[in-house]
Amino acid sequence: MTSSYSLFLFKRHRVHGMLKLYYGLNEEGKAEEQPESLDPCDINGPHFDPELFLNKLRRECSLAELMDQETCMVKQIRSLDSDMQTLVYENYNKFISATDTIRKMKNDFKKMEDEMDCLSANMAAITEFSARISGTLQDQHAQITKLSGVHTLLRKLQFLFELPARLNKCLELQAYAQAVRSHRRARCVLQQYSHLPSFKGIQDDCHAIMDKLAQELRQKFRDGGSSAKDLSECVELLLQLDEPAEELCDKFLSHAQSRLDTIPSPTSNTDILEFIDRGCNEFVSSLCLVITSYQELFINHAQKGELASKNIPQMANGKLNAFVDDLAARYFSLVERRIQEEKGVADNSLLVRALDRFHRRLQAVTKLLPGSAVPNQGTEIVIRAATERVKQYLSALQSFYMDSLTDVRQALATPRLPELLSSLSASILNQIKSVLASVHLFTAKDITFSNKPYFKGEFCSQGVRESLVVSFIKFVCQSSRQFCESAGDKGGSTPPALLLLLSRLCLDYETSTISYILTLTDEQFLVQHHSPVTPVTTLCAEAREAAQKLLNHYVKVQGLIISQMLRKSVETRDWVNTIEPRNVRAVMKRVVEDTTSIDVQVGLLYEEGVRKAHSSDSSKRTFSVYSSSRQQARYAASYTPSAPMDTNLLSNIHKLFSERIDIFSSVEFNKVSVMTGIIKISLKTFLECVRLRTFGRYGLQQIQVDCHYLQMYLWRFVSDENLVHFMLDEIVGSSAHRCLDPAPMEQSVIEVICERG
Amino acid sequence: MEDDAPVIYGLEFQARALTAQTAETDAIRFLVGTQSLKFDNQIHIIDFDDENNIINKNVLLHQAGEIWHIGASPADKAVLTTCYNKTSDSRVVSCAAVWRMPSDWETGSHESPDDSAHNPQTLELLCHLDDSAHSNAACVLWEPMGDGKRVISLADNHALLWDLQESSTQATVSSTATLEGKGQLKFTSGKWSPHHNCSQLATANDTAIRGWDLRTMSQIYCIENAHGQLVRDLDFNPNRQYYLASCGDDCKVKFWDVRNVQEPVKSLEEHSHWVWSVRYNHSHDQLVLTASSDSRLILSNMVSISSEPFGHLVDDEELSEGEDNHQEDKSKEPLKDSVVSTYEEHEDSVYAAEWSSADPWLFASLSYDGRLVINRVPRALKYRILL
Repeated sequence: MTSSYSLFLFKRHRVHGMLKLYYGLNEEGKAEEQPESLDPCDINGPHFDPELFLNKLRRECSLAELMDQETCMVKQIRSLDSDMQTLVYENYNKFISATDTIRKMKNDFKKMEDEMDCLSANMAAITEFSARISGTLQDQHAQITKLSGVHTLLRKLQFLFELPARLNKCLELQAYAQAVRSHRRARCVLQQYSHLPSFKGIQDDCHAIMDKLAQELRQKFRDGGSSAKDLSECVELLLQLDEPAEELCDKFLSHAQSRLDTIPSPTSNTDILEFIDRGCNEFVSSLCLVITSYQELFINHAQKGELASKNIPQMANGKLNAFVDDLAARYFSLVERRIQEEKGVADNSLLVRALDRFHRRLQAVTKLLPGSAVPNQGTEIVIRAATERVKQYLSALQSFYMDSLTDVRQALATPRLPELLSSLSASILNQIKSVLASVHLFTAKDITFSNKPYFKGEFCSQGVRESLVVSFIKFVCQSSRQFCESAGDKGGSTPPALLLLLSRLCLDYETSTISYILTLTDEQFLVQHHSPVTPVTTLCAEAREAAQKLLNHYVKVQGLIISQMLRKSVETRDWVNTIEPRNVRAVMKRVVEDTTSIDVQVGLLYEEGVRKAHSSDSSKRTFSVYSSSRQQARYAASYTPSAPMDTNLLSNIHKLFSERIDIFSSVEFNKVSVMTGIIKISLKTFLECVRLRTFGRYGLQQIQVDCHYLQMYLWRFVSDENLVHFMLDEIVGSSAHRCLDPAPMEQSVIEVICERG
Repeated sequence: MEDDAPVIYGLEFQARALTAQTAETDAIRFLVGTQSLKFDNQIHIIDFDDENNIINKNVLLHQAGEIWHIGASPADKAVLTTCYNKTSDSRVVSCAAVWRMPSDWETGSHESPDDSAHNPQTLELLCHLDDSAHSNAACVLWEPMGDGKRVISLADNHALLWDLQESSTQATVSSTATLEGKGQLKFTSGKWSPHHNCSQLATANDTAIRGWDLRTMSQIYCIENAHGQLVRDLDFNPNRQYYLASCGDDCKVKFWDVRNVQEPVKSLEEHSHWVWSVRYNHSHDQLVLTASSDSRLILSNMVSISSEPFGHLVDDEELSEGEDNHQEDKSKEPLKDSVVSTYEEHEDSVYAAEWSSADPWLFASLSYDGRLVINRVPRALKYRILL
């Protein structure tokens, strides 16, 4: 269907096109014409030359083709003819209907013409009548106008005559407004005609009455018992009566002040929100009311009237500003006192909401009094409250930290140091987070003052980041360091385990917690650092220093505990007259036990650390080599009386090849280093004590046994077992020197005794 | 301005006792006492020839026993005291005695220095500083700048003031003070104050430092817990009468004003093990010498608590024109307490250090292995103090 339809359309189009061509109507673009016109053999072109075409056909085509051409042409001619007939018929029909329409229009116009003629005749009649009526009425009209003028004048006169009576009546009825209105209307007239005695009398009467009225108004104003609305009405009337505006301003303000003086005093049992609410409702709203009515009366009103010329608005404005400032200052001092009483840090939202309300209400004053300093002062109060709050949070955090340390101290007895550490650091972190969340309320979007520049910039960077977070971290480091210092003289009032725990805590802070907390803060508060802030690296360095100090102190304290045992054991014994050693002294077993328990304790919190590789069975083999070859050689040397230098020489040569040992030196953050430090301190004490004593034969042998026992157990704790070897070697060597009868015990016997335990 | 290298002298025996020969103000001379249980102990007289950097030694025999402490008389060059251990019948007894050096020890050594080691002369015993009631002397102190007639010995918990009579051949106890308290108290060390007309004594026992008035033999002050551990040594500032330095097993050196004993004025923690000896320089009290069993000797410049906290006050006249500006620059430099130098020539624990009594810029230190090292204050510092 569609295809046949489109074919039809195409055909129609072509047919139309050909007809147009036939009739010379060329609506198509001329550009198309050009190629057509050139070919005289184009049967559809305008330059078609039949002769040329025929000749061409005859020349080019065969007979059969000519026949076909002819039939084709005949067909085309026939279809063209039928098309032309159809078109002629259609045009004829349209022409017929157009003729009909024109004929009908002619008839209608004729009817309309008649009606128009009738209308114009009627109009002429009406005009005539109207002229006649106005002519008759003209005289009477002038008379009426005159009469009505006289009537008004009379009415005015009557009003004037009746004025005193009327005013009196008003006065009786206390309808002051009406009285003033009436008087104002008459005043000018009375003034103008005051040279006439009758008017003069009226004027005097009026004056007397009005004075009385003014008196009464002033009295009312002064009494002040009336409402604000009454008051303002009073003032308005008085102003209209030409009372001096300045005086009125003063009176009005003093009156307002007496009413506003009943500001709620801060009672601490009401919460801050309630207090601020009451303050806002009672004080700020009535202040606003006073400002509005004052402005209405003295400023806006005056600007309209004749008073504007007297500079009253400026005067009134100045007075108002002073008045508002004075009152606001008193109110602010109250508010500030109340805010300062707000010490508990439990619920910050209440304070923030209160401050928000406070700030929001003061915005109303800004709208009323654009130049006033009051809102700025209010903002300052909010800022002060916020910084004060941050300070309180800091001290709360600090006391929380100290409290949790006390808790930890009590819980130290349990051997679960890692749990203690994690719970401590988690609770601190939680506390910090909750404090940050509380402080964050100050910068919440729905709080009006949060978009002040202070709260966007300085509060975040200086207030929260520096004086809260950074200060707290510094406090943690500081207090940790204090543990080292205060405990140093008194011999360890801080339990060593706490030192260890804190050291690990500080180290954790250095590695991750500090940067986490600061990133958290920066993200929460979108801190833009306009002023320089403490960088993370400084804090980390501080934490690391604290951790190092704590760990060093831990080593020192633990070392001293063991040293003390060793020293007592050496000092209190008579080494000259001791019996032959049968077993290891109990104190050595204590030393090994304590060292083992320290090792366990440190192992709970610190990693193992690296130690120098040692042989598979260090405890036995190395020691046997050490004692059988080198030590024996040393003893042998010292026994030969001819060569006293040799011992020194040997020991010095040995020292040449070993590194100098720093006893109380810094340790690394791992177990082996810590244990090495403790053992170094203990053995050095042992050595120094031994050097202060004199030994008998069995004294020396006892030291030998003890040292062997220590050797068997201590090597495993230290980073370099040679260190233990060397120091024990020194001890045995020194006691041999200090021995009156140096006859060492057989190595095998020593071993037997030690293995027996 | 290169500093002279230290001079080292080795003894054959282990040694702890060292003193300068106090009465000798011309020659630089130190006395060292040895500790040996098997051989006769010796007193080495070390003479240092400053110009040639040479040590001359003389040896005197001290046959009574191993020497734990030695003190030279401030009046008589030849007189000295020792505290020594005597062993008899497997008992060890601590004693104290006054000795005189043989008069010809010096001449003998000059003739044949090689022989002196083989055939040393013996000290002449003047008197024992013991009576039956009090033994175990820890140290003997001469009256500073006195006439060599009075000594104090500290024995166990007693301080005994002795009068030496008849050329020191007789000693009588003139007064005693006893430290009383819980447990077995024992004086470890002490110092006779050169101030207040030599009427004060400071002693150390355990962690406490006590001051005594010698006229009444009563305690005048007490610094409890002066150190965390044992107090090892004391010294008085020679120029500031209330200032006292102490050192101990907590590796610290502390400076005290005895009028306020709650807190030390200053505390140093430079050593890595126990500090055994602390000595003020006799003339320039900002220089403090400390010896420690970490085998180190440390010289500190404690300007802030010295008698010259603003440096040497120079008269304008003393300055030549050209030096003027230079001098002003120097005086403007902030004076800070600092460690001047750490001396690491020792291999073993250093138990004693002493300033020379003849040359204020020279000091000796003695380590357990018998090594004596003589050092000088660095020249730069010396000139800074002097100019």
